[in-house]
Amino acid sequence: MTDTTLKSPVRPARKLALGDIVREYGVLIIIAVLLVVLTMASDSFLTPRNLLNILNQSTPLFVISCALTLVIIGGGFDLSTGAIFGVASVSAGWLAIHVDPLFAIVAAPVIGLTLGSINGVIITAFNVHSFLVTLATSLVYRGMAILVTDGKLIPVRIDEFSWLGRQKLDLGGGVAVNVAVIVMLCFMALMMFVLNRTTLGRAIFAVGGNEEAALLSGIRTNLVKTITFGISGAAAGLAGVITVSRLSMAEPQAGTGLEFEAIAAVILGGTSIMGGAGAVWRSMAGVLLMALIGNGFNILNVNPFFKDLTTGVIIVLAVALAAAGNKR
Amino acid sequence: MAVTAAQIAVSVRGVAKSFGGTRILNDIAVDIVEGTVHALVGENGAGKSSLGKIIGGYYTPDEGEVQLFGERVARFSPREALGLGVAMIHQELQLAPALNVVQNVFLGRESARAGVLVKGDMERFEALEKTCDFGIDPLAKVARLRIAERQKVEIMRAIARDARIIIMDEPTSSLTEDEADRLHALIRRLKAQGKTIIYVSHFLDHIIANCDNVTVMRDGRVVRTSPIAGETKKSLVDAMLGQESTILWPTLPDPPAATVAPVAELRGVSTHTGLNDISLSIRPGEIVGLIGLVGSGRTEVARAMFGADQIASGEYLIEGEPQRRLSVRQAVARGIALVPEDRRKQGLVLTQATRPNISLGTLGSISRGGILDTRLEVARVKEMIAHFGIVPDRVDGRVARYSGGNQQKVLLSKWAVERPKLLILDEPSRGVDIGARQRIHEFIVEMARQGVAVLLISSEIEEVINLSHRSYLMSDGRIFGEELSASLTVESALHRVFLEQHSHAARQEATTP
Repeated sequence: MTDTTLKSPVRPARKLALGDIVREYGVLIIIAVLLVVLTMASDSFLTPRNLLNILNQSTPLFVISCALTLVIIGGGFDLSTGAIFGVASVSAGWLAIHVDPLFAIVAAPVIGLTLGSINGVIITAFNVHSFLVTLATSLVYRGMAILVTDGKLIPVRIDEFSWLGRQKLDLGGGVAVNVAVIVMLCFMALMMFVLNRTTLGRAIFAVGGNEEAALLSGIRTNLVKTITFGISGAAAGLAGVITVSRLSMAEPQAGTGLEFEAIAAVILGGTSIMGGAGAVWRSMAGVLLMALIGNGFNILNVNPFFKDLTTGVIIVLAVALAAAGNKR
Repeated sequence: MAVTAAQIAVSVRGVAKSFGGTRILNDIAVDIVEGTVHALVGENGAGKSSLGKIIGGYYTPDEGEVQLFGERVARFSPREALGLGVAMIHQELQLAPALNVVQNVFLGRESARAGVLVKGDMERFEALEKTCDFGIDPLAKVARLRIAERQKVEIMRAIARDARIIIMDEPTSSLTEDEADRLHALIRRLKAQGKTIIYVSHFLDHIIANCDNVTVMRDGRVVRTSPIAGETKKSLVDAMLGQESTILWPTLPDPPAATVAPVAELRGVSTHTGLNDISLSIRPGEIVGLIGLVGSGRTEVARAMFGADQIASGEYLIEGEPQRRLSVRQAVARGIALVPEDRRKQGLVLTQATRPNISLGTLGSISRGGILDTRLEVARVKEMIAHFGIVPDRVDGRVARYSGGNQQKVLLSKWAVERPKLLILDEPSRGVDIGARQRIHEFIVEMARQGVAVLLISSEIEEVINLSHRSYLMSDGRIFGEELSASLTVESALHRVFLEQHSHAARQEATTP
């Protein structure tokens, strides 16, 4: 029997259908359309100042969403990022005042890492769905943040602390970028690297795509899952300290609802909620899209009520589009 | 005999179907006569399953039309197909795992008054069981049944719905010979009742023995439709491959000398998964087969040796060293590899491409400090694709869309990429086409020749006998015999397995009050 008889006739015709492109890169297309519309609608939109402002405003969401991407690709779900954000915020505020500003900046992600890892350990040790575990721990963590502060705000007006959120680096040509944005970009690059270039990234995809197959390949699936939750927690901590630094104010209720925004951004980007497939750039695009909608409505002086409504409608459309692609 | 329109149950006219720019069916025209058993054969990827799915309403044709009993069906779903009397039994079974057998059989057709469940399902099930004679526990949860049993539940469900046309996609691929015989007896009874069976299969012996007509497909087209009486196994294979061919078993390498120390050895091993006092050994370069019916404990032996199930008592030695609480990770590190029986559920990560699937078991050797060396990885994967002839030959091909044979080759590559010491193959050629099967057989022999110990598990006894040096005979979680494979025939092995099963059952009856 020669090779030619075994060659399957069903060779891909190499013709990318329009539907496939829309499904695959839909979020980028919507962003492009929005950019064009907003540029035409307002003179103040397409300015470096405004665009950098959009990035800066969304830095915490960018950071949390790209780490959350790893959790969701790994087949998990994290509802506790908003609460961890809160705990890290007040901890960082307190540490900055009472211990050391720089130590506070470093400690916040570590606290997040610890709380996230606790999520992971509970999930894997008791084999409970991450949705339930993180729903419960989010209440616990939020409660901790409120208890230790008595629910009060902590003002943090220390220069050695607020550089992270406020200081700008001059890139020349009158363009200055916040340190936080650079930190965010580095974190994003790190997440992309972990996901695409490391054995851990491979294991995350495998665990989310087919846990039993991963297990039977010698992957330590529980460890992998725990790590993704640890990373997600660390990101929430980092996002928290960036926000406190920017606002000079630590707030125990800070970040309420942030977990849903992050999940929305990941889904909007096109990462599969079923696990096993997705990309960090997708979540970045999701956050950017949500930020553009908000910014556009500000610029155009539209009733802010329409912002959530529009975001919601776009999420439904995006999810429906993805589902239509999976059905055959 | 002139076939009038009224006698045609299914008529497929000029059907074409493409997925994502790939044409999988081309100008298909088939007439299926009412009250016959009609086989669809062809290599994997030839389009036989897709044609079945079009008749079953799962796919809508891009061109052409399907007529049921002379009436054109424009666009229909599986639900509407059921309403028209067409039921499909899938290769990947579709049951609700949390429900029991009866609940699954009557799913959507429960005995109910105004939506409230009432008694009666049990009686209906018993009546159904008289027709089918499967001997399934009606109250067993489907999740706990093995694949063979689940398939029976699917068949009962189709019959419970009074389907006039039943499409069976690879119905015997997970059944033992005895179970397959019972299925074929059932098919004959269904045929006698005037039902039409569309039988999609790789098993040419089964087709020749049980079908009336056969449609041979190749490359998404119909080669010919003819009465089975004029066909032989060879004529069908020739038509499927488009050329003359013979099925050859590769020559086995010489077995290792008796003095060679075993790679792995079980001594009186029992597990919670039902293994009872299992003792076996396997040496480098030796192919050892496990022969037994489904449920005899073959898969459980594989899982215990791979560290997937823990050993409750007895000893497990790898290269002479006793193992304590071996984990899969440790087993992999010791050079043990398992290709599991259910490749889609346990083997492949279908959301991922070829490359990560092939690398998944050996990530450590293509990385340093956890960072992947993608250049080395791609080179390894390319080598495997060429070695096995995986089609399509793309490094990042979408495995989920590959044919069964090519998926299996990807799975074999995963372990072949780093020659293991002990390779455990559980149903390595289930549901794959003839070309791929032959390649897999060659691979097994190739591994043994390189000094790998191979443990081969297959429901096809012919495969085990022809591809192994030595075989253990299993029944009910125990090993009851050990033979040189060359001294066995399919008949003699089956005879012993059944005899053992009956005598064991008798012994049990004698000991239980």
